[in-house]
Amino acid sequence: MSKLSLDELKSKAKVIRELIIRITTEAGSGHPTSSLSAADVVTALYFGGFMKFDPKKPADPDRDRFVLSKGHACPVLYSAMAEAGYFTVDEIMTLRKLGSPWEGHPNMRRLPGIEASTGSLGQGLSIGIGHALAARIDGKSYHTYVMMGDGEMGEGQVWEAIAAAHKYALNNLTAIIDQNGYQQTGATKEVLDLTAFQPKLEAFGWHVQTIAGNDMAEVVKALETANGIKDRPTCIVSRTQKGFPVVPLLEAEGDPNYHGKPFSKELAKKAIAMLG
Amino acid sequence: MHLGEISGLSLGAATRDAFGDALKELGATNQHIVTVDGDVGNSTRTEPFALAHPDRAFNVGIAESNMVSVAGGLAACGKIPVVASFACFLMDNAFDQIRMSVAFPQLNVKLVGSHAGISIGEDGPSQMGIEDVALACSLPGLTVVVPSDAACTKEATRACLEHDGPTYLRVGRGKVATIYPKGCPFELGKAITVREGTDATIIANGLMVAAAIDAATLCEPLGISCRVIDLHTIKPIDRDAIAAAARETGAIVVAEEHLQHGGLGSAVAQVVVETAPVPMRFVNVGDQYAESGDPQGLLDKYGLTAKAVADAVQEAHGSK
Ligand SMILES: Cc1ncc(C[n+]2csc(CCOP(=O)(O)OP(=O)(O)O)c2C)c(N)n1
Ligand SMILES: [Mg+2]
Repeated sequence: MSKLSLDELKSKAKVIRELIIRITTEAGSGHPTSSLSAADVVTALYFGGFMKFDPKKPADPDRDRFVLSKGHACPVLYSAMAEAGYFTVDEIMTLRKLGSPWEGHPNMRRLPGIEASTGSLGQGLSIGIGHALAARIDGKSYHTYVMMGDGEMGEGQVWEAIAAAHKYALNNLTAIIDQNGYQQTGATKEVLDLTAFQPKLEAFGWHVQTIAGNDMAEVVKALETANGIKDRPTCIVSRTQKGFPVVPLLEAEGDPNYHGKPFSKELAKKAIAMLG
Repeated sequence: MHLGEISGLSLGAATRDAFGDALKELGATNQHIVTVDGDVGNSTRTEPFALAHPDRAFNVGIAESNMVSVAGGLAACGKIPVVASFACFLMDNAFDQIRMSVAFPQLNVKLVGSHAGISIGEDGPSQMGIEDVALACSLPGLTVVVPSDAACTKEATRACLEHDGPTYLRVGRGKVATIYPKGCPFELGKAITVREGTDATIIANGLMVAAAIDAATLCEPLGISCRVIDLHTIKPIDRDAIAAAARETGAIVVAEEHLQHGGLGSAVAQVVVETAPVPMRFVNVGDQYAESGDPQGLLDKYGLTAKAVADAVQEAHGSK
């Protein structure tokens, strides 16, 4: 895939954010805010030259992998993949409709280029480890990226996986925690406070960076740094805002988390205008 | 007195040992086979493979959820991961991972639950997998196999590894009677008639096939001729063999080392009701947990005996 410049990446992220809002509002359900927080990292992965992939060869054994463990944020994945040429925009507009393979959570059996069927939180990092171990057995150089939510980190399986990735010194695995500060029923600090991710992951033997995850320059730099780590798995704690950059609109609605709710047509219009 | 002894069946290897031998043999030639273990490889018998192929064997510790999802990722990359733990820790502890990382995406993962049933003995109920078959059978697209003896297990292991799709193989801890001294004519989804009979049919799997053969022996002098079917594959189930048995013998007993709900008995009853309703009786662990004790004592106490099966046959036959 072509490697976009920083400015081009920022524009691409805007296009993807607009798609996220449009397809979830059209669907009348879904998780726009969980998708918006993750849009910069996903944009950088697909368009910043970090992942090698060919939409015409989605099963290429040498492709890099992106596992969206927080599967409810699939609008960001579908939108990025549409921009990358896997799907058309018209196709992803069928999101969540009966008969559409663009289901409410990713289904690898129905769509090319989807690496894992997720939606039950906590499993994606383990699946990514499977891909990373397979690369090692086969002597392949592909890299596996896994994105998790900060609420998702409450799942015990995630910590089982973190320990296992360290055991096997998986230098071909990068975990990204989309630390947007909220989970379904409120702030992660109040529901289950695991927020000091960096020391926890470091104690497990991982290389960890904490970055401003809605700042494209920081995202690109962090992914470059991660590429340079050759002796262990890496984690990027991506501090984001859930719903970025339209949080003021959500606050005005009285719900800054806005979890699992599509924007009304009117709110969507305002939000898209706010993207600039 | 071991199950099968009444009929002169000799004691053979444990099915977990047969699985371990077969895995090692098949893994030597098929480079795609890998193992993912949860710190019990010396119990499940994946260890011989793991020692022979350390580069293809992963022990992720006491972390069954991670173990199963890692296997899903490996399968997505074309590997044939064998994931083995005690039946209860695998199926019960990692059930959602089996649902989401294996069954729903239809990934080619080979699940193996060892230490199934109450016959594990002294370790007691916390270690006994007696709800595993019900859980496994509830998952769409998962092939479920419960072999009866060492030869059957060897062929079942091969068949599971060759099958393109997720499978669950259930094996036991202790030695079991040899049902197939000359080798097992095993085919996934195809019941084996191990004894012909005309008045009633006993359908069994696992170590209860030996009990079924004994029960047939006990029923003979009573003038009841029993057909015995080894229904090693519960899913997909051999509807034809079950329907034919119901039509031709008119009474059916199902025997299994599992809880009463959701196992072989439920699966067979569904087919009988839909094809040729006849009187049925069920021999199983019931709706309860067992306890610690010696394996034979447990089988006797919880009614997994030749006599219990023979009594059930007389009841079913008598209510024709
Ligand atoms: C195992 C599991 N439990 C509960 C849910 C329901 N659920 C969906 S999204 C969500 C909150 C996720 O929070 P977080 O990981 O922080 O993601 P965010 O939406 O904030 O990006 C919950 C509880 C689920 N999908 N899976
Ligand atoms: Mg969150």
